[in-house]
Amino acid sequence: MKKIDVDLSPSDADALVKEAQQLLARKLDSSSRRRFLRQGLTLGGVVMLTGCDLTDKPDVDSVLNKFSRFNDRVQSWLFNPANLSPEYSADRISQSFPFNAFYGEEDIPQINGDQWRLEIAGLVNDKRSWSLPELYNMQQVDQITRHICVEGWSEIGRWGGVRFADFLKLIGADTTAKYVSFKCADDYYTSIDMASALHPQTIMALSWDGRILPPEYGYPMKIRIPTKLGYKNPKHIQVIEITNRYTGGYWEDEGYNWFGGS
Amino acid sequence: MDDKSKCSAVIHPWWLRVCHWMNAAAIVIMTLSGWRIYNASPLFDFRFPGEITLGGWLGGALQWHFAAMWIFAANGVVYLAMNLFTGRFGKKFLPLSLRGFLHDALSALKGKLAHADLRQYNNVQRAAYLFVMVVCLLLVLSGLVLWKSVQFGLLRDLLGGYEAARYIHFYAMSALVGFVAVHIVMVALVPKTLLAMLRGR
Repeated sequence: MKKIDVDLSPSDADALVKEAQQLLARKLDSSSRRRFLRQGLTLGGVVMLTGCDLTDKPDVDSVLNKFSRFNDRVQSWLFNPANLSPEYSADRISQSFPFNAFYGEEDIPQINGDQWRLEIAGLVNDKRSWSLPELYNMQQVDQITRHICVEGWSEIGRWGGVRFADFLKLIGADTTAKYVSFKCADDYYTSIDMASALHPQTIMALSWDGRILPPEYGYPMKIRIPTKLGYKNPKHIQVIEITNRYTGGYWEDEGYNWFGGS
Repeated sequence: MDDKSKCSAVIHPWWLRVCHWMNAAAIVIMTLSGWRIYNASPLFDFRFPGEITLGGWLGGALQWHFAAMWIFAANGVVYLAMNLFTGRFGKKFLPLSLRGFLHDALSALKGKLAHADLRQYNNVQRAAYLFVMVVCLLLVLSGLVLWKSVQFGLLRDLLGGYEAARYIHFYAMSALVGFVAVHIVMVALVPKTLLAMLRGR
């Protein structure tokens, strides 16, 4: 079941391809860019399936995207805030919890915790920014849960921090808004539905396995959502915005399902 | 039955043929995209060659997989419902006995199993088709756990957890691919079965 121990992890490989595509795409005009991306992204099987290049037809892309939006709606309908992700005993914690990002470990952002501020934006009463000690001083909760990656692997880890629902209440967030959107110090971004934001297991994680959250897992703060896949658990959070505007996400904009819940 | 009615007798009703080909298309899409998804984090010490997968990258494969799953599942429900509703299930797949299975398997190996009447499944066929129905059901159930392991918590626990569901999904896929391989060989040996599945007679 172990992940392959090659120099290039699958997510690195995906990221490399993505980066190459972005670099190339920038040099092309918009229409050939769209064609290039479509062909680049669905090369292979489609040609084999039919003997003709299905990807020439934008309809295919658009049908798949409609299915993905439909799957968002189904998942939001299936989502029951009373359903909890299983919690495990301490002996189940993975001893080799992987680093995972769209870049390599050498590019992990080095953040100075003394200077770091969490910015709040959008539909909230209190938009003042937060320092790390202020978050450390709030009531902390702890969880040992399974982190499931979109790639299929999963690992059990222990995260501690502030329950996100408590924080949203404290800052007077409009919890009738549709989305909570995150911007991160590593240029990652993603957004989630309000119901998942308010789920009791969704936390602003400040610690990992009893120690201060290390850089590779998102220092100084990551959003830990055990009811969602790994790419919906953003690290190195800088800005939290409550909004009714759909802001997508780094991988979601490339085709990963937006709801991404488990 | 006179010759005329025998000639025009319908072997597979239209709804069955529609279900069959919808299912075939869904299975091809789900298997090829599934192989690409598998490659992102292989369970075993091998990967599927990229050229025979669908989707181009993990995100594309997931889009195909999560689109075709609706066709696969809905088609499966229609197939089972129509089979039960029309009484076809009992007529075609039952009775099934171990003795009959061994007898038919043996005569098949000796090349003596006749396919004179395509409306009648022999015991080996019955067993194979019932087997693949169970496999497809397992694929759907384990797939639900992989897709929504928190929301389908009871199902997840019944299957032995999220990681166990990954293995069940993989083994069920392997069984399905094995079935399809044998199925295609048998159709090649008795080509009129393909005609029957296309035009009904």
